[in-house]
Amino acid sequence: MTNLLFAAQTSLPTSAQTASADAAHAAAGAPPGLDAHDLALFVTIFALSLLVGVELITKVPPTLHTPLMSGSNAISGITVLGALVAAGGGAGGWATILGTVAVALAMVNVVGGFLVTHRMLKMFRRRA
Amino acid sequence: MTETPLQILLYLAASVLFVLGLKDLAHPRTAPRGNLLGAVGMLLAVVVTLGFADIVEWRWIATGLVVGTVAGAVSARWVAMTAMPEMVAALNGLGGAASLLVAGAFLRSDDALSTLVATGASGVIGAVTFTGSAVAFVKLREAKWIDRVVAPAHPIATILVALGTLAACVWLARGGGDAAYWTASAGALLLGVMLTTPIGGADMPVVISLLNSYSGLAAAATGFVLGNTLLVVAGSLVGASGIILTRIMCVAMNRSLANVLFGRIAPAGASASADSVYAGKVKSSSPEEVAMLLDGARRVLIVPGYGLAVAQAQHVVRDLAAALEARGATVEFGIHPVAGRMPGHMNVLLAEADVDYSKLKEMDEVNAAMGEVDVALVVGANDVVNPEARTNPQSPIAGMPVIDVDKARTVVVVKRSLSPGFAGIPNPLFAADNCLMLFGDGKKALVELAAALKAA
Repeated sequence: MTNLLFAAQTSLPTSAQTASADAAHAAAGAPPGLDAHDLALFVTIFALSLLVGVELITKVPPTLHTPLMSGSNAISGITVLGALVAAGGGAGGWATILGTVAVALAMVNVVGGFLVTHRMLKMFRRRA
Repeated sequence: MTETPLQILLYLAASVLFVLGLKDLAHPRTAPRGNLLGAVGMLLAVVVTLGFADIVEWRWIATGLVVGTVAGAVSARWVAMTAMPEMVAALNGLGGAASLLVAGAFLRSDDALSTLVATGASGVIGAVTFTGSAVAFVKLREAKWIDRVVAPAHPIATILVALGTLAACVWLARGGGDAAYWTASAGALLLGVMLTTPIGGADMPVVISLLNSYSGLAAAATGFVLGNTLLVVAGSLVGASGIILTRIMCVAMNRSLANVLFGRIAPAGASASADSVYAGKVKSSSPEEVAMLLDGARRVLIVPGYGLAVAQAQHVVRDLAAALEARGATVEFGIHPVAGRMPGHMNVLLAEADVDYSKLKEMDEVNAAMGEVDVALVVGANDVVNPEARTNPQSPIAGMPVIDVDKARTVVVVKRSLSPGFAGIPNPLFAADNCLMLFGDGKKALVELAAALKAA
């Protein structure tokens, strides 16, 4: 199976190299992906975000737990960012197919999640 | 996909919008704004990504965007509120599948070890989320074929598949490339089915909360693969949310997560038999009698359970509450955390029936004021109002938090029969001196009750 960057470099060398610093890393002989320093920063971001998440979510009242789930679900559709790059990178082959399917799936998640949450939240109102 | 500094800062703006959006979910009044902030954050993230990435091929992006947007919008518009657990299960599963595919699309066998580990995590968590959610979806639809077609896997088989998946991940980390990745993913897809199939329908609220968490963690893992800060932030926010909801559900059912996932409810041996509990002590009542009782009540607590949703009686119960309020009574709803089929589900169903959200009270709040309640009306709930959880340390549900309706002056239980709830044990409440049983179909009984109340 062809993977994204390999295909990108063979079929569209210039765009692949500007599109991705990973490719630049590879050209310079360094392993692609996060280096140890970046990795440590990412772990920091991950841990702090988890803590912020815990603090925020414990404040959500039980009455809103269903909209919370559908709304946070929409946020987890953030994977669409990676899917867009995979689908549009011009790599062709499997990467494009996987990316395109992933864009569609993640967009169902995003659009469906936010809209259904909106629909539910509109129902929570006080009667005069 | 390494980001430029400006891009990172714009992603930070999107992260802040997500955080502020979740913060607004702390109150029903601000929650719609919070959801909007989240959506704006997502739009910003997509625009920034398309602007900074070197997109050379727009056709496929446009196709994916249009297909996904239309499918999402249509399902969000038409899904019934009673089917919300299925909707959330489906969304969880699609999120997991997207992470699985994206990590696969970016895989290169010469990646750094940390990236390969993240890729494996993204694929495996995404795959388990995808098939686990699919099974949960089918179980929530109460389709019986799933139990016929997919026999619960033998625990040893599940362990073997889990070990195989882990081995494929090690192979991936050692440079196994695409073959290793898709082998691990295939194992994880199978694992998702094997882990979810044995779990009973009553435990689905825990399962979808957990899968909600997984869908977020899969996105966070994908963020490590791509070196994308926003995926890490957003994914871990969702991961945290799912973990907390899972814990709340487990506490409400008085079971450990391990017990829900791998165990069974203890047999009811320690509990008294139904005959000895109920013999000669259960008082059956009529709608007219209950209407007279309610007519004189100043404070009424309605405790809805899963049976209310099954009977589609939300609107009828709203009418009954309105009729009581018109007579000067104070009416509140006491909602147990596992009253619906997912966290907060009962609240959504009552909100849809136009019940004021300020009348929807949590268990702890109504328990504190139970002594002042004249009539507690239990509709379609059983185990969550069983006083044995408090009084009998040998009971299978001992220690489970329940709504203490037995401490109200009078309790009226609307129920089809004396059949046990999910825990499979008799409920001494039904035989209590202050309890009246109103036997019948939930909706029909409530309609008759409302009619009798208007005539009284």
